[in-house]
Order: sequence, then C-alpha cells, then structure tokens
Amino acid sequence: MDRRRFLVAGPLTLALSLKSSPAVAAQGTATGLRGQVVTVRDKVFSSLGVAPDEKTASAMIERAICHLSGKGSLREAWAAFLGKARVVGLKPNCLAGHGVCSSPQFVHALAAQLVDNLPGLQKIVIWERSDRDLTHAGFEIVRSGKVQCLGNDSAGYSPELIVQGTVGSLFSRTVTETCDTLINLPVLKDHGIVGVSVGLKNLYGAVHNPNKYHPNRGDPFVADLNCAPPLRGKTVLTICEAFTAQYEGGPAYRPQWSWPAGLILAAADPVALDRVGWRMVEERRKAARMMSLAQAGREPSYIITAGDSSHNLGESDLSSIRESVLD
Amino acid sequence: MEGCAVRLDRRDFLRSCGGCLAAVAASGLAAPARAQARLSGADIPDHEAMFWDPAESQRVQCQLCPRKCRVDDLERGYCGVRENKGGKYVTRVWGAACAVNVDPIEKKPFFHFLPGSNAFSLATAGCNVDCAFCQNWEISQTRPEQVDVYSLPPRDAAASAAQSRARTVAFTYSEPVVFYEYMYDTALAAREKGLRAVMVSNGYIQEKPLVQLCGALDAIKVDLKSFREKYYKEVCSGELAPVLDSLKLIHAQGKWLEIVYLMVPTLNDGEAEIAELCDWVARELGPDVPLHFTRFHPMYRLTRLPSTPVASLERALELGRKAGLHFVYLGNVPGHPSESTRCPSCGAVVVRRVGYTVLEVALKSGSCKACGKPVAGVWT
Repeated sequence: MDRRRFLVAGPLTLALSLKSSPAVAAQGTATGLRGQVVTVRDKVFSSLGVAPDEKTASAMIERAICHLSGKGSLREAWAAFLGKARVVGLKPNCLAGHGVCSSPQFVHALAAQLVDNLPGLQKIVIWERSDRDLTHAGFEIVRSGKVQCLGNDSAGYSPELIVQGTVGSLFSRTVTETCDTLINLPVLKDHGIVGVSVGLKNLYGAVHNPNKYHPNRGDPFVADLNCAPPLRGKTVLTICEAFTAQYEGGPAYRPQWSWPAGLILAAADPVALDRVGWRMVEERRKAARMMSLAQAGREPSYIITAGDSSHNLGESDLSSIRESVLD
Repeated sequence: MEGCAVRLDRRDFLRSCGGCLAAVAASGLAAPARAQARLSGADIPDHEAMFWDPAESQRVQCQLCPRKCRVDDLERGYCGVRENKGGKYVTRVWGAACAVNVDPIEKKPFFHFLPGSNAFSLATAGCNVDCAFCQNWEISQTRPEQVDVYSLPPRDAAASAAQSRARTVAFTYSEPVVFYEYMYDTALAAREKGLRAVMVSNGYIQEKPLVQLCGALDAIKVDLKSFREKYYKEVCSGELAPVLDSLKLIHAQGKWLEIVYLMVPTLNDGEAEIAELCDWVARELGPDVPLHFTRFHPMYRLTRLPSTPVASLERALELGRKAGLHFVYLGNVPGHPSESTRCPSCGAVVVRRVGYTVLEVALKSGSCKACGKPVAGVWT
C-alpha cells in the first residue's frame, strides 16, 4: 500500500463521533513490564538524518513488539498491548523538522501494523502540537478517514482545566476525547533546558502551556504531567525512533552533535525507556569529551522523579532495568 | 489582575470596536471599521523582539523580565509568546489582539487617573508568571495560536481608541510586559492621537525595558501579589524583589502609580504581612500612592478557598490608614464606602463612586473644592 492510499484507506464510513472507551491500560507498571526496555538496532543506518523505508521500519517495530510482549506473532503482540483499543493516538516528535525528528515512514509503518493486526481498531490519529509541526516534518494533514493526522491547533483543547501536582493545563481533545489509547513516539535527543528529551518530555505536546513547565529542568513538571489521568491512563507504549540521535545542542537538529544510532527503543515502562535514553546520551557526551549533563547544569532529574514513589510511573534505577538488545 | 476580560469572537470584536462607537456615529462621525481579519496561528506575523541577547548555539538570552529565559532554537520563553527562530528572538503577538473592550478606567482600577473616563483596553495572549488564582487565565496562560486573534496593528488600535472617545489606551487583562513591543508602539501611536497610555501589570520586568516603557506610558497599575517571597514562588511562579524594585522605579520616573493587592484567604492576608506592606508603601513610595485591597473569588487552580471575607479587607483598610496612606480602597466589594476618594486634608469626598461609576468629581484644577488643597492624581 503506498503512502497516499494508506492514509485514505479504511472504511471512511466509520463513525466520526466515536466515543472514547475507558482506558485499556495504564502506563508502565500496570502492564507488568516495569523496567523492561527493548532495543532493536540496524547497522544499515550509518548516515545522519536518514530515515528508514517503511519496510525496514516495520521489521524493526515487529521485532521490538514481539520481544517485549513475548508473543510469537505480530497479531498476538499487538493484541497484548492494544487488544481493546478502538481509537489509537500516535504522538511523534516533529519539533526539529528534520534530522532528529520523527519520520513519516516510521510512523506510517507503525500505523499500518495496527490497521493490519487489530480487527477492532476504528481509527488512528497521528497528532502533534500543530499542523505546522507535522507538515514541517513531512507529514500530510489528513482530517478524515481511518488514519488521520492533525495538530492540536486543528483538534482544539478540552475546556476542562486538569490539575495534577504542579501542572494545570488544558489537554488536546485528541488525547482527552478522541483517543482511548496512546502510543508515544519520541526521538532521542539532548535538550538545552531539561537535559534530554525522550518519551516523558514528548508528552508536553499534549497540553496548551508547555512553556510553563521548563523551569528547574522540568522537574517535577514532566513527571506531574505524565501522571495526569488522560496520559497516565491511556499511554500503553513508548517507541523511540533513534535512527539519528543527538547528544548536544537540542532540541533543534545539530548534525555536528548527532550520531547515526540506527536503533529504536521500545518499552511499556516510560521511565525505564527514558533512563536508558539518558544513559545513551551521556555515553556519547563522554566519548566526545563533553561534560556530563549534571556538570552542564541540566541533569534530567525529572526522570528520577517520575520513578519515585509518589509518581510511580516506572523504573528509574538503571540497575533494575532489564535491557534486551536485538541486533 | 483586573477581571472581566473576555475572549472575543469576530462578531463580539466588531461589536466591541464598533458598538462602543455608536455614540460617535450618532454624533455625526463615521463609525470606523478598524477590526481586522481574524488570524490563524500560521498567519500571525513575526516581529523582532526587543531586549534580548544572542547566546551560543543559536540560543538567545531574554532580557525583558527577571525570569531571563535562556531559549533554545525553536523554543519559546516562559511567556509563550517570544520565540527563538534560528537564533533570532521574535514576538508572536505584535498587533495580534485577543481581547479588546472599552472599559471605565475605574475597572483597571485607576481611581486617581482621569476618573469617569473610558479606556480602550487590549490584550494579547501570554504571561510571565502563573498565578494560581488568575482571573484571565484563559488568555494569559495560553499561546497566541490557542486563542482567537485579530490583526490590530498599533496605528489601527490608536485610531479605534480615539474614535471610541476613550481618553486612554490600556494594556491589560493578560500581562502587557510580554507584549512589550506591541504595547510600546501602540502607546506612541496613541500619543500622536492625543491619548494617554496606561499599563496594568504585575511589575515583573527588568529595569532597562521598564525605564524605556515609562517614556511611553502615563500611568501604571501594579498587581502586587504578596509581600512574601514564598507566596510569589509557590503561588505565582515569580519573585517579589524585582516587583518591589519596579514599584520604586516607576515612582522615581514620575509616572502615576497605583497598587492592587488581591487578598487571598489564609495565603497572603496575615496582619503582619499587610502591615509590613503598608509601611513599605508609605516609606518607599509615599502616602499618596493609592493602595487597593481587592477581594479574591475562587478561580483557575485556586478553587478550594472561599472568597475573602469583607472583614479581612476592612482590617487591611485600617492597617493602611494606620500606616499613614492617604488613599486606601477596597475592590470587588460593590457599594463599600471606601470606593470614594476623600481629600486627605479635610476628609471631604472629592470623587464619589459606586462600583465603576463615578457620580461626582469635586475637584477644581486638581484641588479639593472644599478646602482647596491639592489631591494627588492625574485629573485632567
């Protein structure tokens, strides 16, 4: 199926007024996969800013999901994570526009797997902060059909203020009303204020006022935001696209500080995935003889906070995280 | 923060600009059609920001407010309206109004600045603090792309203000500091039309931009949130000390200054705090700076507290007078006797008010009609 046909595929007659069903799973711990992170590497990726083709991306996703779920087939694997999902939201990270940025090929490969393997699936929404962010990253805005793609500025925000710890925000209607399940699709990169931007930070894109949550390196704002019911209750997976990753100069793309990591990370535990991503960035910084993020005054302590007993979003202790690397 | 700001849809906006001009039309003048096209987020033009420095790796260092945001490329400052685009800092709200009304100037509140006149009031999205009690959070805590925005460049704003018979342009509702460039240009355009310009602000601004701004404004009202750093940090995500510096600077610049203090039960209404505040105002700014204690109502993220008891406000009134302040008012308590202004020399009522309505001004050339002594303020 080519990209255009895929985007408009599916029964257009599906009701547009689909109601959200109750959340099908909670973040991290509820799935019984606390502390487990799968890395799939493909050494084909040796150039910066090169995105995979959909077939390659799909194969990597398949390996990650099957391994993470312990299932033998893709259908069983997706059923394990999303068996009750009706409307799934996919949240890429398009801020940089290119380079260290979600690729349409990767996101479309994932969407195609969901369409092909989840009989009960009614709709997929690829969403970001704005239409502009999506189009800058190469996505096509699609407002109807089985696979849609639109920014929060098009979808709007729910009027109810949701207060969770230190945060008080309006959430995208895509998150609160349209989708019953979310898959977080971050990239792996340095961030000039909060240290690193991986999965937990990527969900800043769900709210209307992310600029309010950068003080103190995002701590505890990132953790508090991820505890808000619409996110905690609906986010079942994080799949980080790191064909190109970046260890300095983020969030904008800086090729001089990027490396062709050629990998994806997948986890049901968002904290464990972020902690592994943080470690990878630190390793690259060390190899480049750069000071650590802590020495640079931007240690991403929000990741530790997200794993503490009051947030309990997942496992932040590296020694307790079980990593599987599939080459 | 002043209440009752509204977000306008296009029809409301046109009504606001045009409706308030009905009297103008009736007097034989043509009603202007200054309301411009609604802007989508992508259509809001960039305008180079003032007060910032370039930093390494295409970062910028904002120098507008004490927060001094260090902003990465593609990101925005805490205010949500100033954006780093490839190492250049731009404002996304120049000429992009999201709220426009013609209000009595008493609503700001200014009680000693052209009483009984109207203020052409405008705002954009954004704020550089995040007060848990904000009455206008739906515009102050948003980005310009998230509210209805209309193109109203400075000269058009000034022209609409003049034709509305307002005597001032007021920058208000959200936080004008974050739309500094728009405010500054509009204030200058208003001056060319013979209008005054006033700002309703939290006073959270750096010295250099404030000094320059004072050259364009005629009066400033500052919302002093508390007299405790802890409250500023925990309830407002801000700081007290820079605000006190701003108050002293505004006063030193000779601009008319009024202060509002929103009393929030249990959080900033202690007698010791109020007494210290009043003593500080009397000592540092003098007894003629009006101090308004206003009543809190549950709002935004602070809905667990009751409204301020009037008795608490009256106790603050007593403390202010005890500190020697000449003009202490209670706000959001319609009909309270303290709404009116009394001559500090003889006690005669010189401006009689009910709510936002001025019933009588008993001043002649700025002096009390009863005793002839001057009363501090800008009266004509």
